[in-house]
Amino acid sequence: MTGETDLWTLITIVALTAVTVLTRSFFFLSSKPWRLPHWAQRGLQYAPIAALSAVIVPEMVMTQGHLITTWQDARLFSVAAGAGWYFWRKGAGQAVLGTIVVGMVVYLTLHLGLGW
Amino acid sequence: MRDSLSVAPGLAAWGLMMGVAMMKSGMSLTESLLMGVMVFAGSSQLAAIPLLMAGAPMWVILATGMCVNLRFVVFSAHMRAYVMHLPLWERLVTGYLTTDLTYVMFTKRFPSHEADDAQRLGHQAYLAGNSIVNWTAWVGCSVLGVVLANFIPTPWGLSFAGILALLGILCSLASSRLRVVSAGVAGAAAVAAFALPFKLNVLVAIAAAVALCLILEESGRVRQEAT
Repeated sequence: MTGETDLWTLITIVALTAVTVLTRSFFFLSSKPWRLPHWAQRGLQYAPIAALSAVIVPEMVMTQGHLITTWQDARLFSVAAGAGWYFWRKGAGQAVLGTIVVGMVVYLTLHLGLGW
Repeated sequence: MRDSLSVAPGLAAWGLMMGVAMMKSGMSLTESLLMGVMVFAGSSQLAAIPLLMAGAPMWVILATGMCVNLRFVVFSAHMRAYVMHLPLWERLVTGYLTTDLTYVMFTKRFPSHEADDAQRLGHQAYLAGNSIVNWTAWVGCSVLGVVLANFIPTPWGLSFAGILALLGILCSLASSRLRVVSAGVAGAAAVAAFALPFKLNVLVAIAAAVALCLILEESGRVRQEAT
């Protein structure tokens, strides 16, 4: 189960930490006042949700690189239930936590109970 | 602090899952612990783990982490006005500790960045308290997950909890119609381009979605001006 510790991997992990700092502080770095070009500013408005969607959608509807061909997949119902919960609560209070809990209850029930 | 304590359970569950995921993926104990303590970015860790294990070139891993973290660049543009009075190293620490939830809660609590010295101290206190709770929950549970990895069976599919957490954040970002379009296009493009190596499908999907939304936005404005 556990692999060998590899120096290259360790360096990559440290570099990833630097990426975290760099991206999260990106606009804090320079103290000079400046502005992004207008189109980039508008584009950034759509990038975050696109990035999230691009990361999670394949995890929801694909198995080992192929689109699933059955609707009997626990993930589909779990995602529907989780998102449904979020919008039913209109995003208030503990909506993100609720999404996780509701989604996981549905997922585990179908996955472990019915083997989907 | 109370605000972030209320979301800490979700963060903790995710951190726990992340610890388990790192160990299950075949990373060594040292690697998993180092990553859990240092990187502090769930979605980029999730994207980087399979690449690390597949032996992808470092620049690809870093570029992927960068792209998955792109949303934080946007957040930092927004947060800039709140922190520019601080010295550089404090700005860097603030940035490092500012997660999705911190950002969303902070800007909800303090909608305006204009403040006198006392209010600025209030901003900093809020950020610091929030970050301490977040960091402790995340790192503590990551480490716990690494330790418990061998006792939690894979078939439970706990890693799916991480996807659901991201789904929750995605829902909270879906605040305009074009943003929903952006999510839809990016999701579809990511699936369609899945065969590309090293998760380049994520990059392609972001580029496609942003480009399409800019075009739609432009044509919407032209139509509005015409009527």
